This record gives sequence, structure tokens and C-alpha cells, in this order.
Amino acid sequence: MNNTNLALLSWELRRDVVDIIMAGGGGHIGGDMSVLNTLLVLYKKHLNITPARVDDPDRDRFILSKGHSMEAYYAVLAACGFLDLADIKKRFSAFGSPYIGHPNNKLPGIEMNSGSLGHGLPVGVGMALAARMDGRPYRTYVVMGDGELAEGSVWEGAMAGANYALDNLCAVVDRNRLQISGPTEQVMKQDSQEARWAAFGWNVLSVDGNSLTALDEAFSAAAQYKGKPTVIIANTTKGYGSSVMENKAGWHHHLPTQEEYEQILADFAARKEAERHG
Amino acid sequence: MANKIPNRQMICDVLMRHAKTDKDLVVLCSDSRGSASLTKFAEAFPAQFVEAGIAEQDLVGMAAGLARCGKKAFAASPACFLTTRSYEQAKVDCAYSGTNVKLIGISGGISYGALGMSHHSAQDIAAMSAIPNMRVYLPSDRFQTACLVEALLQDTLPAYVRVGRNPVEDVYAEGAVPFTMDKATWLCHGSDIAILACGEMVRPALDAAEMLKHQGIGTTVLDVYGIKPLDTASVIQAAVGAKVVLTVEEHSPFGGLGAAVAQVVGANCPRKVVNLALPDAPVITGTSQEVFKHYGLDAAGIAKTAVQILH
Repeated sequence: MNNTNLALLSWELRRDVVDIIMAGGGGHIGGDMSVLNTLLVLYKKHLNITPARVDDPDRDRFILSKGHSMEAYYAVLAACGFLDLADIKKRFSAFGSPYIGHPNNKLPGIEMNSGSLGHGLPVGVGMALAARMDGRPYRTYVVMGDGELAEGSVWEGAMAGANYALDNLCAVVDRNRLQISGPTEQVMKQDSQEARWAAFGWNVLSVDGNSLTALDEAFSAAAQYKGKPTVIIANTTKGYGSSVMENKAGWHHHLPTQEEYEQILADFAARKEAERHG
Repeated sequence: MANKIPNRQMICDVLMRHAKTDKDLVVLCSDSRGSASLTKFAEAFPAQFVEAGIAEQDLVGMAAGLARCGKKAFAASPACFLTTRSYEQAKVDCAYSGTNVKLIGISGGISYGALGMSHHSAQDIAAMSAIPNMRVYLPSDRFQTACLVEALLQDTLPAYVRVGRNPVEDVYAEGAVPFTMDKATWLCHGSDIAILACGEMVRPALDAAEMLKHQGIGTTVLDVYGIKPLDTASVIQAAVGAKVVLTVEEHSPFGGLGAAVAQVVGANCPRKVVNLALPDAPVITGTSQEVFKHYGLDAAGIAKTAVQILH
């Protein structure tokens, strides 16, 4: 799939995300929107995972460490044939449903449960170590949020990833600069993430994380880089795609009103049309 | 003391025996290879050993990642840190995600003696037992420890194992250990009192039974090395066959063996259940044996409590 078609798909999936949230009575909509293009590029262009090979020992490993962006992950997993979108919309957050608000590895295609922040990178380090021990070619990807980086365990994993020179490991930071209480720089200063990861011994790529092309190029570059793990600082917009929610901390977890819902979908449709016409 | 071999060394021996042929067996430590008696493993199998540094959350997270990719991961770290600092990794990455990680808590209970409460793990049974899909084991001697590790190598579920730092007197004879996974071991039978013990408390419980015999008191001793899943059938059988039940454990009075046994006995065959445990306070400074004696957790203290509750 070329990046233009991927861009069109991205707008359709954003609508799916909002529909899932409306059906379930709420969700982490802001972070869903900032991370969606990262997930889309990974699943459509870089990961070798398919529904037919979810148990293949050579499949790439993916961990959504910012597990609260589950609605975006559902939309992408459904678009890639792992899950049934209609079933997700019908049962998301419902009594007895497997479609909960964080990754559930009883569902096909999901490797690890998450939800509590700061777990993914140490687990990813273990997966990358296993690949090396077994001489297997797969790569491991861990997607984190920027607020998540306040968790000390992230930096334990960062330390180990560099210590073991795991160039088969790629971390992504969804740098949308907002967390539930407000701007990350007000809650707990993070700048410069680029300098911090570099100081920990990682290869650092800082890109426009809303851009499918920039993300695609960054993942390709990471796969080529030898000797160090790579972190992609994906500079994104929380709530990306609609002025109703962009850069608004209050949309970290939210259920749109009917009026907001209609405006969001109208914004998505307009952005998609603009995309279609270049 | 006749035995000079701590339980932790037996774990290393079993793992080394298997690592020769099982290349999926991986051991992880958190700057703890020496205290876990795993230095020999690290030297013999460097490709199957992962050093996490002093980073217990990373230790357990990495173990889970390795396990998700087919490895049989044994993560060994002092029980005090493993069951508190990395508690959430045990809960989420091991138990919830269902990864084949065996958490080996070394120098458990009050093994570290005079190092103080930061180094004691008198809460580990309660904490780990409360996690769904996590099993909890406290083997009583070196030979049972070896049997337990052999059994754990055969399954793919997460588990927590606590062993002490120091050698303990043997409960069993080499090559003749009655061991069935997840079944408590009957050590002696008597109709007056049933003593249910785990870990390092089993040997003094057995010695207490011998003292009580000389006083004409018939004692059952059950080695409940598996706290979760608990062998409820044996617990009920032991309680039914005695007038009172005494539990003995190197643990807080809350959420340990005593609580589990009282729950089962209360629901199935009500009997008086008395729990001998560490106090709900930082323990007094001393060696393990000094501390045990102080709190009545040695053979004489157990026998004394047994007599008191019988009369």
C-alpha cells in the first residue's frame, strides 16, 4: 500500500476509532489519534505479522506499552484482518467482552497484556534478547507514550537495551506533549527526550509523527541501523484530525457528545478529501 | 548442623543439569548471581544467562519477554525486592500475560537477619498469592527444592518460589523424597494436633512433634510447601484427624499459610486454628535461629504453643 492510500485509510480508521469509543461509552481518544499513524505504518508496512502467522516464531513482536490507546489498536488490528470491527463495535467494554480498554493477549495478534505504564520496554528487551539467542531475524517494536516516560522502569529497559546493543529493538515515543493533567512540560519536564535517549546510548530519530511518510522512512532507517537500539521520537498531535479535540488535554479520555461526534467526523471527511486531492 | 548446602544451591544444580540440553532454559539475575548461588550457571552457560543489573522491574519484564518468545525464564533476586519492587511486573507481565516465568525469591523471610526490614520478605506469600494465575511455593529442604524445580521445569505457567539464604537441616533423605507436585507431604500422623508448616518451619515442626510424642501428644505434621494452589484435601484431612490445628510460617500473620489454612478449615471442618508467625512489626535483630527462637518459631516454641492450645 502506498502512502497516499495509507493516508486515506488512516482517516477511515480514525472514524472507526471514534465509533468504537461511542459504542463503548468512552475511550482514550486523544492518544488514539496521536498514535494511530504509527500503528498503521507499522502494521501495513513494516511488521511481518499476519493473522495466519500469529504463532510464527519468526514474526515481528509488537507491544503497545501505552496500552490505553487500545481503540486505535483495535481499528488497526481489524483493518489488518486480526479482529472483526463489527464485533468490536458491538461488544467494546460490554459485560463479558474480550474487547477491554487495554491490550488483551487472549485476542489474536496481541502479544502482551499492558495497561500499567512502563512495562513494555523491559519486555521488548527480553524479546529482542530471545531473538538474538535463537539467531532469529525478527524485530521487536515497543510503542510508548510520552507521559509514560516518567516511569522509572522505562529507563531500566532503556539501560538494558543499550547495554546489550539490541539493534533488533525499536522503541517509539508518541510525543504528543499532553498527558491527563496537562502539558508534559508542566506536569514533569521531559525536554529534551532526544538528548535523554542519546545519553542512554540509543540511536535517536526525531520525526513528524503525524506524517505517514516520515514514520515509514524512520522505521526503515531503524531497521538498517546497527549496533544500538533505535528510538523514534514521533512528534505528534494529541487528538490529531479534528479541531474539536486537537491539543486538548481534556480529550485524554472522553466520550464525544453527539454534536462533537458529528463535527469530528466532518473534520475527518474534510481532511480525507483534502488528502485525496493532494 | 549436618547439612551445609542451602536450598538455593540446589536450584542452581538442577538448572545446570537441564541447561546442558535445554537451550531454551534462561536464568536472569539482578546483580544477584552470587547471592542466588548462580555464579556457576552464569560461567558455564553465558549464552543462557542475562544480567539485569540492580533493576528488578527490568529483570522481571525481560524474563516475561524472553518467555513470550519460547524461553523458560528463571528470574532470581532477593525475595524482598522481587516481590515488592517488581510486584507489578509479576502481576502484569508474568501472571496476567501468562508467561513462563519462574520467580525465584532468594534469601527469603528473615534470612538477611540483622540487615533489617528492608531486606526481609515477610509479606511475599500474601502478596504473590493474591495475584491470579500466580503459584506460590516454599520448599522445606534442599531435596524437596530440587524436586520442586524439576517439576516447575515441566510446566509453562508462572510461579513464585521462596528459599532461604542459609542451609537448613534436611527433612527428607536424598533419593527418597516423597513428592507429588501440588500435594502436601505427610511427615507424621497423630490424633491430638495437626501442625501445618511451610519452608524453613517444617524441620522445627517435625522436631516439635518428636518432643510432643514424649509428652504423650500425638502430632500430625504436614509439609505444605505449596501455598497456592493449596492442597485443600490434605489440609482438611489433617484437620479432621486432630483436635486443633497449628500453622507455622516465616511470614507476617496476615495472608500467609495460616490465613489460607484457616479459610479452608473454617469452611469445611471447623477446628481451632492457631497461627504461629512473625509479628506485624519489624522483627528483632538477630540471626534466623535467634529470631525464630525469640518468636517461638523454633522446635521448643512450637511444642510449647502446641501444648498451650491443646489444654
